[in-house]
Amino acid sequence: MLKIGPYEFQSRLLLGTGKYPNFDVQKEAVAVSETEVLTFAVRRMNIFEPNQPNFLEKLDLEKYKLLPNTAGAKTAEEAVRIAKLAKASGLCDMIKVEVIGCPKTLLPDPVETLRASEMLLEEGFIVLPYTSDDVILARRLQDLGCHAIMPGASPIGSGQGIINPLNISLIIEQATVPVIVDAGVGSPTDAALAMELGADGVLLNTAVAGAEDPVKMAKAMKLAIEAGRLGYEAGRIPKKRYATASSPMEGMSTV
Amino acid sequence: MELTINGEVIKLPTNVLTVADLLTHFQLNEKIAMVEVNLSIIERSHFAETKLSNGDKVEIVHFVGGG
Repeated sequence: MLKIGPYEFQSRLLLGTGKYPNFDVQKEAVAVSETEVLTFAVRRMNIFEPNQPNFLEKLDLEKYKLLPNTAGAKTAEEAVRIAKLAKASGLCDMIKVEVIGCPKTLLPDPVETLRASEMLLEEGFIVLPYTSDDVILARRLQDLGCHAIMPGASPIGSGQGIINPLNISLIIEQATVPVIVDAGVGSPTDAALAMELGADGVLLNTAVAGAEDPVKMAKAMKLAIEAGRLGYEAGRIPKKRYATASSPMEGMSTV
Repeated sequence: MELTINGEVIKLPTNVLTVADLLTHFQLNEKIAMVEVNLSIIERSHFAETKLSNGDKVEIVHFVGGG
């Protein structure tokens, strides 16, 4: 069970909704993934095309919690504005704080992320900051009262996987709130590793949306996250330098 | 009345008086739309009573796919 603020989820996979080839594939991928949390961005409407399709309208909103992001914000103030616009929909009170500090790497601005999180907590949001894998920053965010910490595995959409498993594991070790590994996951291996390290969940988008078969990848990610979590709970064996035989040495029949 | 909607100056007929009228005019009243007027966010429950004035800056946004 994953508990974020007042909400409880069976699934530990949080899924982004961007960049799918079409809505039909997306809808099937979302269903197969068994996710209960979907992220969205807030953008201007094309007011001259009222009939343009919107993925949100194709969803049973009873089944999913919406986690809008503040993507596009470069400052805390911009992030707060986007968060308030999202909340004005009346559909959500969770917010993924995303304040980008560099257009090339899309790495989060740590100072603005911290400021935005503090302001949004004061406004009563359920606050999930997307942050770098900096261990001390993660601690500062949880000390503020953030409801989950979402360190990036590697740059957004890069598919490089967890480039600093030490930092991710230190963030998990000190955590008093759920840790969701967010961004940079490329393959089921990456998702399973995050869970084996003890993460409480994984948020991904491009790894599924950009796969050759998004529906199949959604299933793979679901299974990888479940397998990784089970492995973490089961407790893996320590790594040893030399072999230890699995078969007994006694009672060997020799000629 | 002229409004700046999503950065574009648009002339509106005289029967558009409120935020709710504006959304109906563009056939967006059934959509999940969030509205800001002169940097103040308008709650859905206040759409009908929020009057618009010439020169107001209006933002109409919605949820799109994102990660």
